Amino acid sequence: MSRILATLEKRHAPLAGGRAQRDRLARVELPRTFEAALESSHLLPLLATGVEILQINVGKRCNQTCRHCHVDAGPDRKEVMPRPVMEACLAFLEQNRVPTLDITGGAPELHPDFREIVGRAADTGAHVIHRCNLTAILLPNYSDIPALLASRSVEVVASLPYFQARETDTQRGEGVFGESIKALHLLNTLGYGTGGDLKLNLVTNPVGTFLPGNQRELEAHWKSEMLRRYGVVFDSLYTITNMPISRFLDFLDERERTEEYLTRLANAYNPAAAAGVMCRNTLSVGYDGTLYDCDFNQMLDLPLRSAATRTIFDASMLGLAHREIEVGPHCFGCTAGAGSSCGGSVA
Amino acid sequence: MPHRASYFHEADLGRFGEIARGAPELARKFFDYYGAVFAEGALTTREKSLIALAVAHAVQCPYCIDAYSKDALEKGSNIDQMTEAVHVACAIRGGSSLVHGVQMLNHADSLGM
Repeated sequence: MSRILATLEKRHAPLAGGRAQRDRLARVELPRTFEAALESSHLLPLLATGVEILQINVGKRCNQTCRHCHVDAGPDRKEVMPRPVMEACLAFLEQNRVPTLDITGGAPELHPDFREIVGRAADTGAHVIHRCNLTAILLPNYSDIPALLASRSVEVVASLPYFQARETDTQRGEGVFGESIKALHLLNTLGYGTGGDLKLNLVTNPVGTFLPGNQRELEAHWKSEMLRRYGVVFDSLYTITNMPISRFLDFLDERERTEEYLTRLANAYNPAAAAGVMCRNTLSVGYDGTLYDCDFNQMLDLPLRSAATRTIFDASMLGLAHREIEVGPHCFGCTAGAGSSCGGSVA
Repeated sequence: MPHRASYFHEADLGRFGEIARGAPELARKFFDYYGAVFAEGALTTREKSLIALAVAHAVQCPYCIDAYSKDALEKGSNIDQMTEAVHVACAIRGGSSLVHGVQMLNHADSLGM
């Protein structure tokens, strides 16, 4: 892949830090605050309904530098979840019988103990989800990963913004699309996405400053196009809205479209989507063990409200299951239209 | 009325609903109909969006071109498909002019010897 961009962090860009991003978002004049929108649909305060998904961000290292990345991940990032944090996450998963472990990053495969995390999490009986950028599993030294995922029935949620090279490479880097198709063929060969137990779900997000379309209709279109053009099959297509965070926020500012985009998200507020936002049943853990309501809050340095529970080391289900969720203007990204989550639309 | 340097204004698209200030019942019927037309039916919403994009170019409406360029992308179409849709509009407009040439021929023939 020829295009590897420097991350905001590496460039010392003004929006590299979460605090600076929150300040930028706070300067956007919206028709109403997110709290007011929640109140109008009787959802304020927004409360968690339980912890059904433990989402762990194992680090910010990635072999791609996507233009919309809310993590600001890339090859120049050094953050990797240390072993004590990893052990605490696995202990929390097992002791509380959390049904699902969702492993994200960066490219999670690049974590030195990724294989161990997958194996031990699967041993607890949890359903394991791996958020895959598709090209990392083709890198030298990682070729055993696809078979490992298949042997532990890990669900693969793979990023692919569009079913053509032009759009995908524009967002993710030159040559990414071709490599992604190779990886999808490999996963199909292992039985992924063929209608059996090995689930292969694709994630599409808009290549630009527009919102995603209807997930059901797009899935039908994509299934037909992916099969016709490349002979690739998959289970479900998830549509995800680009979040006005980190590199996408930087991109919006560069295009002078931040106000327009945020306003569009706010005007598209859907109470049904708000009721189903993923933070209500998810607990997010940062690479350093800090707890958040979601991966987006994590990147904005917006930890849990509760002062008593700050890290996975002092996490107790009792205090977390029905906690009040920290919100901000970025949350309009998850409640616009049909909504958006790590599992696609929610309404 | 403030001075307006240009006849069309991007922001006016968002004010479309204000047309209901007069004849509100007709506006209500129009917008209900409009919504029903673009709902999924025998055609998908993506296909309808591409038709709308092509028609927008045929009627040369800047508001519609803005609206349906964005809508077509959101519905999952790509630049190749959208450009082909515009070519369809172009072909029909061009063909419409050219096919009237037969009328020209008929008339010329009738006037000739």
